[in-house]
Amino acid sequence: MATPDVALGPTSASLPGAGAADVSKQRIFVASQWQLMWWRFRKHKVAVASALVVIGFYLVVVGADFLAYADPNASEAQRSLMPPQRVHLFDGWRFGPYVYAVKGARDLQSFKRVYRTDPSEKIPVRFFGKGFEYRFLGLIPTTRHLIGVDGGRDAAKTIFLLGTDVQGRDLWSRLMYGTRISLTIGLVGVTMSLVLGVVLGGLSGFYGGIADTLIQRIIEILRSIPTIPLWMGLAAALPRDWSILQVYFAITIIISLLAWTELARVVRGRFLSLREEDFVVSARLVGCSQMRTIFVHMVPSFMSHIIAATTLALPAMIVSETALSFLGLGLRPPAMSWGVLLQQAQNVQTVAISPWLMLPAVPVIVVVMAFNFLGDGLRDAADPYGR
Amino acid sequence: MLAYIGRRALLAIFTVWAISVLSFVIIQLPPGDYVTSYIAQMASMGSVVTDEEAQNLRIQYGLGQPVYVQYLKWMRLIAQGNFGMSMEWRRPVTEVIGERFWLTVVVSVASLFLTWVLALPIGIYSAVRQYSVGDYVGTFVGFIGLAVPNFLLALVLLYLGFTLFNAHIGGLFSPELQDAPWSMARVWDLLKHLPIPALILGLAGTAQQIRIMRANLLDELRKPYVVTARSKGLTEIDLILKYPVRLALNPFASTIGYTLPYIVSGSIIVSLVLGLPTVGPLLLKALIAQDMFLAGTIVLLLGVMTVIGTLVSDILLVWVDPRIRLEET
Repeated sequence: MATPDVALGPTSASLPGAGAADVSKQRIFVASQWQLMWWRFRKHKVAVASALVVIGFYLVVVGADFLAYADPNASEAQRSLMPPQRVHLFDGWRFGPYVYAVKGARDLQSFKRVYRTDPSEKIPVRFFGKGFEYRFLGLIPTTRHLIGVDGGRDAAKTIFLLGTDVQGRDLWSRLMYGTRISLTIGLVGVTMSLVLGVVLGGLSGFYGGIADTLIQRIIEILRSIPTIPLWMGLAAALPRDWSILQVYFAITIIISLLAWTELARVVRGRFLSLREEDFVVSARLVGCSQMRTIFVHMVPSFMSHIIAATTLALPAMIVSETALSFLGLGLRPPAMSWGVLLQQAQNVQTVAISPWLMLPAVPVIVVVMAFNFLGDGLRDAADPYGR
Repeated sequence: MLAYIGRRALLAIFTVWAISVLSFVIIQLPPGDYVTSYIAQMASMGSVVTDEEAQNLRIQYGLGQPVYVQYLKWMRLIAQGNFGMSMEWRRPVTEVIGERFWLTVVVSVASLFLTWVLALPIGIYSAVRQYSVGDYVGTFVGFIGLAVPNFLLALVLLYLGFTLFNAHIGGLFSPELQDAPWSMARVWDLLKHLPIPALILGLAGTAQQIRIMRANLLDELRKPYVVTARSKGLTEIDLILKYPVRLALNPFASTIGYTLPYIVSGSIIVSLVLGLPTVGPLLLKALIAQDMFLAGTIVLLLGVMTVIGTLVSDILLVWVDPRIRLEET
């Protein structure tokens, strides 16, 4: 997003001819493409809200270990499948968040662990409490987290905002780390598809002829193949002994190999419509090299469209990774992603007993929706002459 | 029109070829060849494969020869209807897939059908009654349909059905008819179970089609010929259905061909969640057990089925809309 740092003022009318403000009209005539885009984008309230949501999610990516309060890998059989603990914000009239202590016991008839809250014992929740050690932003070693409870690893004094999974690991903390992986995998994947899409779409649109026909046929073929079975086949063939990092990159490559077609289509369309524009023809006439014509004159003029198309391609990537991991073919534990977390919710019986295991579905839905609205807004804004 | 269909058919053949290559790659990917893993598999089950048998298998599949020869041999076997052996099930692949494949076809076609049947009238309605309550409801449902991945939707519905109605909404058959031979009762049972999976699978596509139909029809409704027709006294229904809808169908039609691959893709995961007896769960099992002949065959069959489905809907569209016939591909 290009954010013009010029003080536009509240009256920077983005509608031509709004009021008698000749000044604002003038502003529109001299505004750069990015400014026009920003003005149009700002009018689309839902898109702006979605942009904030997306930014929020990426802040979670950056500060996952700060927002988590428990070691996401610390398992404890004694705390298996514990329901979420309710946080009480006010202790009497005073603001002092606390949770009630939870006692677990094995039901002697069903052999399940049952938990009940013990209202006699309050565990205060502290802001910036101490927890496991990590490096904030990967640099500063610290043990402070957004929230925490006194008592550290004392089994009786714990807080589980979203409950625990089968192995007794804290779902909230795992969700924070999962967000990091799920959202970056989308970014890496989309970058790769973008490179493929721009190069192939560009070739197709700029040169036309045989290259165009060939690439268009390839796109058509790829689009008429059901992708998930193919992804599954490729993902299943990854060697079992690969490290998390290797699998991570292999999965992004697999996903982006089949996902570049939409981006290529957009790029090609733009190239086709720009090829005959006056400024491109004149650039060619004054003797610009082909590379210069493409990268200095043509690409900047449809950069905004590419950004919009990329935003719309991201949610599909995120969903693909979630789906693959959900099936157990994508990232594998101990890696954490939304899909990996959702694996525990595959079974209806489990979900019926501990519905909080389905919670990782919520960020998936929210982020996909936010990206869709944001992309829609950007796409509308990218076309300054649009409706 | 024949030229158009010919071009489409040629492309379809090309696509099938590409899919067969990709499926072959999937079969070839794991280390070791099929026969070594087959021998290991048999050994773990306690039976021994004689050298002679192994040799025969190697010759049959052309193992040890260049990759393209192996591919051609595989293709020849497939042309004879021999899809190889499933290692995990120790039965021919065709036998293992059998009914499951046809059920996949049934589920996919049902979703595609539902997509068309729902998207058209809803799209027309929300364009004609723009900004009405119905339009907003349609748009909202559409957004949900686009944003929620269908396997999560299936999971949520399953959970709601389980907790609210104490009913299991998954499966394609009632338990008592699960393994029964085909009969009218079983077909009826299938029809009763079909709507929910079909709806879940078709929702994303439906949402997209509603949006496309609505946008196109709105563009058409603003054109002067509509005003002319109205001023001449045509009834509203005749007017809308006869001209703008027909014109708006074109972009709608050209995208509907891409719906089938989505549905088939989605059916794999949704089948797992809902426990449908389609090839989806089978594919996952085969992949996890590295039963590559089974997996490759399933990918191949799904691909071919999609291509045929797309071709059929392409041809139907040419028949409906004369303008496509004249257009370049």
